[in-house]
Amino acid sequence: MDSYFLILFTEVYKILFLLVPVLVSVAMIVWLDRRVWAFVQKRRGPNVVGPFGLFQSLADALKYIFKEIIIPASSNKLVFVLAPVVTMTLALISWAVIPFGEDFVLADINVGILYLFAVSSLGVYGIIMGGWASNSKYPFLGAIRSAAQMVSYEVSIGVIIINVLLCVGSLNLSDIVMAQQNLWFVIPLFPMFVIFFISALAETNRPPFDLPEAEAELVAGYQTEYSGMMYAMFWLGEYANILLMCAMGAVLFLGGWLSPIDIFPFNAIPSPFWLIFKILFLFILFALVKATVPRYRYDQLMKLGWKIFLPFSLFYVVLTSSFLLYFDLLPGK
Amino acid sequence: MKISRLLKTIFLIDFVTGLLIAIKETFKEKKTINYPFEKGSLGTRSRGEHALRRYPNGEERCIACKLCEAVCPAQAITIESKERDDGSRKTVRYDIDMLKCIYCGLCEESCPVDAIVQGPNFEFATETREELYYTKEKLLENGDRWENILAANIKADSSHR
Repeated sequence: MDSYFLILFTEVYKILFLLVPVLVSVAMIVWLDRRVWAFVQKRRGPNVVGPFGLFQSLADALKYIFKEIIIPASSNKLVFVLAPVVTMTLALISWAVIPFGEDFVLADINVGILYLFAVSSLGVYGIIMGGWASNSKYPFLGAIRSAAQMVSYEVSIGVIIINVLLCVGSLNLSDIVMAQQNLWFVIPLFPMFVIFFISALAETNRPPFDLPEAEAELVAGYQTEYSGMMYAMFWLGEYANILLMCAMGAVLFLGGWLSPIDIFPFNAIPSPFWLIFKILFLFILFALVKATVPRYRYDQLMKLGWKIFLPFSLFYVVLTSSFLLYFDLLPGK
Repeated sequence: MKISRLLKTIFLIDFVTGLLIAIKETFKEKKTINYPFEKGSLGTRSRGEHALRRYPNGEERCIACKLCEAVCPAQAITIESKERDDGSRKTVRYDIDMLKCIYCGLCEESCPVDAIVQGPNFEFATETREELYYTKEKLLENGDRWENILAANIKADSSHR
């Protein structure tokens, strides 16, 4: 009995040790997003609450907590309430497999990338549930769009991951990072990195692919009927997903927790910080793209996903595997 | 022409150029002011919070002609008048419902004695509705507080009247 509780407490402690920083960084990242966006437009952005406005998101969260939660009379109440919970939970549980350093990972499972992929595919359910349960036209249209969009881009992300896996020979995320000790995959697989980045934008419904919540057409898409803390949970889940995609990009292509060069001043910095730097770098790119690129039309989005990205990444799979086979570089030999 | 267009698309030239411009703009001077700490300049005719002015000897300017009440398109002004002991007509009640007011400035324009004016203050948000039903006392107090600026504004604008 004692040992059972001991295990339980250590596990809960470990989970909290991961979750609390993730949630705090989600709040910070919202602030960073708004700041970068403002800076590109030569505005100041949120700069009043706390130093440089760092606590703006916390103030926003406090505001959301005190707002009334409105549940539409004609909605399916159970599903309506469940949808933001699903979105946020799914966005957070994927963090379990992200390695922050050697042996510094919550769940070191051998099919880590598969787990990540499965959970991020489930993420679309929160949005569909929210859009359907609202029982109103704009959320419903937003949900349909997001379902089609996320499914389309998941396919090309899957094929891109196959490219990386061909070079690694393992589905474990720590192995993927360790395989990049000599050469980050961003160099040999650069086109794949670019496509991964763009697909990640579409996967997380970020501009220029934010069609599910295109405010000019759909009010706020699937979030239209949500208010108060439920809206904030959608918003937290969305940004946690964006961070996760950045982390995935960092692990798959930018060498995860590894320092760029293995010499003194660089390798003295603890490995989690390298991962955080890389995530931040990718996130700032996300934010800059949001600030510069106008929104795609829906048919352009579908065309890009199915007619360009999918064939090209499939072609690159063939290219990578033939290259590895020809030069006898296949891993695990 | 077509091939160069294709190459541009494939290598995302436009996107990269856009990103570089965005990065360059990031470090340029900000075009907005740091509002609560820094404030922009206001013109002499800016129409903010109302005030009732007095003559330099302390006498109220308002003669209760009710032109402002009549002209007010939102019907936000309510005036009641009474003859005072010295025979002059003065208001006993001068209320402005700031929630109805549309800040059009017609009351100020119609006033023959420059009594009711709209000052430069636009930061008078309150926590309850009741606080925005301005009474004569509140309006006179505003007039006393902003008199310097109000007089200067009217003087600066006098040549255009």
